[in-house]
Amino acid sequence: MIGLAHLLTLSTILFAIAVCGIFINRRSVILLLMCVELLLLAVNFNFIAFAYFLGDLAGQVFVFFILTVAAAEAAIGLAILVVLFRNRISVNVEEFSLLKG
Amino acid sequence: MMYEAILLAPLAAAVVVALGARVLPRNLLHGLPILAVGLSACLSIWALLEQLDGEPVNVKLLDWLSIGGFELSFGLLIDRLTALMMCVVTWVSLAVHVYTVGYMRDDPGYARFFALIAFFTSAMLLLVMADNFMQLFVGWEAVGLASYLLIGFWFKRPSANFASLKAFLVNRVGDLGLLLGIALIGGAAGSLDYAVVFSGAPGLAAQEITVWPGVSLPALDLGCVLLFVGAMGKSAQMPLHIWLPDSMEGPTPISALIHAATMVTAGVFMVARMSPLFEYSPLALSVVLAVGATTALATGLVAIVQQDIKRIVAWSTLSQLGYMMAGLGVSAYSVAIYHLFTHAFFKALLFLAAGAVIVALHHEQDIRRMGGLYRRMPITYATALIGGLALAGIPGTAGFFSKDALISAVTQSAGPVSAYAGWCLLAGVAVTAFYSARFVLVVFHGREPEGASHVSELEPRGLWMLVPLVFLAVPSLLIGWFTYQPVVLGEYFASSLVDLQGGTAGAPDLGADTLDFFVHGLYSPVFLLALIGGLSAWVLYEWRPGWRSRAAPVLRVPGRVLKLGYGFDPALERAIIPGARGLARVAADQADARFIDGLLVNGLARTIRWGSGVMRRLQTGLLYHYAFAMVAAICLLIAWVILVLD
Repeated sequence: MIGLAHLLTLSTILFAIAVCGIFINRRSVILLLMCVELLLLAVNFNFIAFAYFLGDLAGQVFVFFILTVAAAEAAIGLAILVVLFRNRISVNVEEFSLLKG
Repeated sequence: MMYEAILLAPLAAAVVVALGARVLPRNLLHGLPILAVGLSACLSIWALLEQLDGEPVNVKLLDWLSIGGFELSFGLLIDRLTALMMCVVTWVSLAVHVYTVGYMRDDPGYARFFALIAFFTSAMLLLVMADNFMQLFVGWEAVGLASYLLIGFWFKRPSANFASLKAFLVNRVGDLGLLLGIALIGGAAGSLDYAVVFSGAPGLAAQEITVWPGVSLPALDLGCVLLFVGAMGKSAQMPLHIWLPDSMEGPTPISALIHAATMVTAGVFMVARMSPLFEYSPLALSVVLAVGATTALATGLVAIVQQDIKRIVAWSTLSQLGYMMAGLGVSAYSVAIYHLFTHAFFKALLFLAAGAVIVALHHEQDIRRMGGLYRRMPITYATALIGGLALAGIPGTAGFFSKDALISAVTQSAGPVSAYAGWCLLAGVAVTAFYSARFVLVVFHGREPEGASHVSELEPRGLWMLVPLVFLAVPSLLIGWFTYQPVVLGEYFASSLVDLQGGTAGAPDLGADTLDFFVHGLYSPVFLLALIGGLSAWVLYEWRPGWRSRAAPVLRVPGRVLKLGYGFDPALERAIIPGARGLARVAADQADARFIDGLLVNGLARTIRWGSGVMRRLQTGLLYHYAFAMVAAICLLIAWVILVLD
């Protein structure tokens, strides 16, 4: 029988992978975007798990909102990425350090 | 209304002349100040007449300060002492104003000079008419400022700049004493108003003040001595006298004004004004007496060896101020003020006469290049002779009445230093007569120097200068006959000066009336001493000049000491000035350049720069570093919430 703890553990693992992907990844901005999506999915997982075990549908409704926002965010993020690539001819994260003090 | 006019008329004239220096016609540049001071002078006579049969007037003009329970108002106190001083100040100033028209005729700073002397007069009137200590202090400083500007009037001369700075700085030393004294008395009495402080003087005498943990001093003694330090600075008593001879760098009219009416008399006046306080402090009176008597003799001796015509008169002023202070020191306030009064006339006269000689000889000031001028300048000669006789105290002249009364008061007193002071003053009489006679004989008698044949006192500007000379000569000769009876023997000052110690009371030497005193003076040892002094000057400078060169080897060392002015100036230059310079250097290099600029200002900048250098290394600009910092911080926060708060 799969319990709440299993689901939460899975979402935590997903979240940790995504976070690690953000700051261990030193190559591509595209990977960063993917990791952000993964973060959101991990959060969605939490919502669904709690909604199911607490018997409250509001959590599942929220997941739809988050998916919508994530889609919009992915669209904007990719658009920015295209412009960025046009200007710098690169998607390498290590080269983007204009704010260095 | 009238009293305000006395004070404000010269000030208004000064402002108008100063602002209109370039636009006003020349007649107004000297006409306005003369009219204004003349108005003040006439109103002063009116005020004096009012006081002769009236009560002292205390006008409160406006509230000045009101801090908590401490009230200070701006007011005028007119009593008999004030009225007499106002007359002296305004009339002598008027004579000097008129004289200046001739003396400064060709000077480019004509308007500036008139503006300044009118301001000077006004400042002195403010000092004299003050009814509280703070106003006295304002007048005191304004007088100091005016004297600084006037001594340095010819500001292109380095020596004039030096002299004016020296006068200012030496006066600062005295002013510090005055300010401390005012603060001490104001603190002890709880008020700065004369009326309140003076009526509380007996209570003050019993108070003690802790100057240092464990050290208590009588408040009144300390306060009076500090006030006297202020008077020493302004009235040039030893050892703060060093500025006065140097002040001769100013134009001659200003020397007359400083020495007779507006500056050096301020200290004497102030001590007399404070007589209700000084009377309760025998210690302070003894200090005044000792300093005054020492100054009277020591500076008189220096006058003997001076070769500069103005410096002779300047050192004689120091000596006469010493006499006045000695008179104050034995509580003979009325006599001291009386000497101030007569001295103002004959000292202004002597200076103006010296100025006339200087102008006639085209700014020659060395008396060794003068002589025989009585034929060329008979009126100047006559007036200078009158001034010299009055200075020497020859019976009948104004100086005789005041100085003889003063010496009588000192020799009859019974204080701890009275005997010393008495001998100093008696010896000073002979010295005074000697240098007065030397002044007149060397300048006006003797051999004419080469190139003096064209000298004349009747050139166009001469009249402007001769009228004040004659005007001052009359009171120098005669005023004692009219004023001795009421001022010294009578009760003229009874309402304004307090005399508990009996300074002049019951002095048989003062005579029953003016004529009696005059006859008595003819037989007194004082007159004999004056005759000895005058005759020895005549022998050495007129009858047997050769004896001087014969006596020269013996007198070489004392003469040298006197020419150096007892070495006050060299000692100052060796001892105090290097110390002050060193202190200033330390302050500039260490305190200012290193501590304030280096440590505080630049140090703060350096710290911020170093701190930002450290902090900027955190800003890598790389996204994953920021993300890591965020996540790590959140983790720490959560851990803290879970582990510590629960």
